[in-house]
Amino acid sequence: MQFLQQLINGISWGSIYALIALGYTMVYGVLRLINFAHGDIYMLGAMFGYYVAVFLGVAEHASGVRVLSVVLISMLGCGLIGVGIERFCYRPLRKAPRLAALMTAVGVSLLLENGGQLIFGADPKFFPPLIHTREIFRFHEIVLNNIQLMIFAVSLLLMFLLHWIVMKTRMGKAMRAVSFSHDAAGLVGIPVNRVISFTFFLGSLLAAAAGILVSLSNPKVEPLMGIMPGLKAFVAAVLGGIGNMMGAMIGGLIMGISEVLVSGYISSTYRDAFAFFILIFILLYKPSGLLGKTGPEKL
Amino acid sequence: MLKINNLIVSYGNIKALQGVSLEVKEGEIVTLIGANGAGKTTLLKTISGLIAPVSGTIYYSKNEKNSSLNHMAPHEIVRLGVSQVPEGRMVFANLSVAENLDLGAFLRRDAREVRESLDKAFQLFPRLKERVTQNAGTLSGGEQQMLAIARALMAKPKLLLMDEPSLGLAPILVKEIFETIRKINQEGLSILLVEQNAHLALQLAHRAYVLETGKIVLEGPARELAMNEEVKKAYLGA
Repeated sequence: MQFLQQLINGISWGSIYALIALGYTMVYGVLRLINFAHGDIYMLGAMFGYYVAVFLGVAEHASGVRVLSVVLISMLGCGLIGVGIERFCYRPLRKAPRLAALMTAVGVSLLLENGGQLIFGADPKFFPPLIHTREIFRFHEIVLNNIQLMIFAVSLLLMFLLHWIVMKTRMGKAMRAVSFSHDAAGLVGIPVNRVISFTFFLGSLLAAAAGILVSLSNPKVEPLMGIMPGLKAFVAAVLGGIGNMMGAMIGGLIMGISEVLVSGYISSTYRDAFAFFILIFILLYKPSGLLGKTGPEKL
Repeated sequence: MLKINNLIVSYGNIKALQGVSLEVKEGEIVTLIGANGAGKTTLLKTISGLIAPVSGTIYYSKNEKNSSLNHMAPHEIVRLGVSQVPEGRMVFANLSVAENLDLGAFLRRDAREVRESLDKAFQLFPRLKERVTQNAGTLSGGEQQMLAIARALMAKPKLLLMDEPSLGLAPILVKEIFETIRKINQEGLSILLVEQNAHLALQLAHRAYVLETGKIVLEGPARELAMNEEVKKAYLGA
């Protein structure tokens, strides 16, 4: 019984990791770069959500339209910031050694974290309850609440949308072409830079959505909240096979579930350590990840 | 149609092209022959905007309109009407044949015209139609070459740059590919063909250039060059 409850919690966290991991994996696909600032975009999503919600007074008068605007405005804001980061921090280093871009990514991450503390303040903010928690399902002691269900449903919806974009639209095909080779893509007339911007935009949208979804159940929002989920989502992306979208989703779910099981059955002290244990293990024994190389769709 | 003047390209300290001048006129097949490392691929990459030249000019004219290709992004050059079939084919291995072809028309908006181009591509290479849902990575070398050519044609180019289309193909396929090149040229496409197979290239082309360590050492009508003693000795194995 307890196991099922843990599974529900794990899937809920797992979908969040999956959403963030998709951004890592897509950017890696088109640039072969680990965008370490990606976890901080997740933080910005929650932060923007907080400010927009306060500005619109959603806490006092919650309505469907307002909640939706909170979500969409913060997603859009993060999307643009993601595009800006690529344009001004990574693009100038496109031809530089990869280590330079990687160090820059770490630098951008630190900038967002410390800049966030400077601008938003280091103290946690209370994210207004956009949606009130209520049970929608109870069986003995297993409880599923509406927010858990929503996290899962919205994540699933976003992943389907993303999958559709990548597989069916011309822009999505172009993303896959760019991930194959920048030169070959340019030679057939694909505007490579625009495709890369688009990839950052999509990835940042998903991270922002994850930030807001998490804030619905964990309303404490602060500038360093992206570090741990960002790292874990990175582990999820590596676990699934970096560059592989299906892998990122599966990796995210495995991370979420195993983490909740570890804190439930062993000790919550080992929760974070376990994530890095997975990383070390996968790097030692299957560095290409679960779906790496032979996966159904490489991006 | 394409006019290159005194083009210099270098990789770090190594000069790959040391002042190359070359011209392709409308309706021509021009071939560029030369040994490995002579700079043939570098030249095509520079025309397509993948490499920035140190100095020199690349002019392309279409309908009396003259444009410099220097400092243009690869996709802008494609938009002007200059496409390339790159060395090693470079088909998007992780995409299906249909998706590869669709991306070839990335810059075109008119769905009906794109459809027409697609039909034409299948007419040219019926084999691709049979494999349309297959991943390009699973095609044979010859089929990949066909796909690379068809993909480039999907952009409706006026000038096609081809880098070693015969590389690694069985002789019968090479013949087929060269037949196709002749056919698309007769339909009005100008072609700049880079080849190691000088024998075939000189048979096909109207004019030819011989590139040696970054310099043009010979040029002239292809037929004359095929008779030239030096060319015979160095490139035709006679």
